[in-house]
Amino acid sequence: MEIQSLLIITISAIFISNFVLSRFLGLCPYIGVSNQLDSAIGMGMAVIFVMSLASVVTWTIYNFFLIPSDSNLLFRIFMHSQGSPPDLSYLRTITFILVIAALVQFVEMVIQKVSPGLYRSLGIYLPLITTNCAVLGVSILNIDSEYNFMQSLINGFASGIGFTLALVLMAGLRERLDFANIPRAMKGAPIAFIMAGCMSLAFMGFSGLKIG
Amino acid sequence: MSAGKEFIKGVYKENPVFRLMLGLCPTLATSSSVNNAVGMGASVIFVLVCSNFIISLINRWVHPKIRIPIFIMIIATFVTIVDLVMAGFFPALHKSLGLFIPLIVVNCIILGRAEAFASKHGSIYSILDGLGMGFGFMLAIVIIATFREILGNGTWLGLSVLGKNYQPALLMILPPGAFLMIGILIGFFNWFEHRRTISRSSQT
Repeated sequence: MEIQSLLIITISAIFISNFVLSRFLGLCPYIGVSNQLDSAIGMGMAVIFVMSLASVVTWTIYNFFLIPSDSNLLFRIFMHSQGSPPDLSYLRTITFILVIAALVQFVEMVIQKVSPGLYRSLGIYLPLITTNCAVLGVSILNIDSEYNFMQSLINGFASGIGFTLALVLMAGLRERLDFANIPRAMKGAPIAFIMAGCMSLAFMGFSGLKIG
Repeated sequence: MSAGKEFIKGVYKENPVFRLMLGLCPTLATSSSVNNAVGMGASVIFVLVCSNFIISLINRWVHPKIRIPIFIMIIATFVTIVDLVMAGFFPALHKSLGLFIPLIVVNCIILGRAEAFASKHGSIYSILDGLGMGFGFMLAIVIIATFREILGNGTWLGLSVLGKNYQPALLMILPPGAFLMIGILIGFFNWFEHRRTISRSSQT
């Protein structure tokens, strides 16, 4: 049962409701970094890593510190004599964005120390990820869909893969587009958007998939 | 610099969506109907003006190295206010905008203006800049939503425009329509700007 639900989450995050092409999250890097295949792959890897990590960390913080339940650690440790636990879920947005920003900084420092080679290939993309709405988006989505810990992790990972898939496909197309003869006004971003529209149309075909 | 100029530049010359291509995610996601577009635009104007104002006031005491986290905190506070007020007074709109209300925090327009304008200018100009950029954003998102809603549903703001016999092109309401529409519109504005520069240079 658990495995099946994880499989459903994976398939739907990658294909059916792809983060870029049907949820419109992470469009700035999608248009900005898709000029070259190499940088698209680097960005994709960084996003997969940060999104998985952010899903886990934000899920933990939300469920153990913000919601009013018996598992609320703040309540358990400091205020158990005072009756009902506090409802801090309105602090969700502020907490999540700060946690994600701190997390990205931390990951950057760790990678720089541990593996300079990896840092050289991923490092320049990491600061860009803080303001990538896909990361905050997946954290909030996990909370809104009431996923448990494992489901959140899988959803973060699979959404990252979906983002990378769309980004790499787009980069491959745009490298060839440089040689195409298109009207001057449409060059660059406009034609990229129209191609994204066509890809989105193709991905809509997956919504016919019936799973679960 | 004049006050009017700060306001106008955000509406056309430096329009955040069509010319700078910032804040694309909410633009595409919430432009499926004019109603949503106006709600999103109004929220962004509120957050942008308030955060620009506060940042221009406190900027002299903020150490440059920690300015980004502080800016994000201020923006997130106003986004939370919008989120709670909208959930209380406009529950239907809040439900249809959904995920994209908290995501105003990571809208590049707002942090971009805080960093590029409000942290360097006085508070009056920062408010005007926020208003101008906000209106530019709202105008862009309403234009896109107008095309999408009329073509995809035959209505504008819920009113029937094209009559009962119109067969709606459902594609325009669905995600691909948003990408196609914004591609065509950015292309159109590029073409328009190009024509203007040609005619200006031939006159002089």
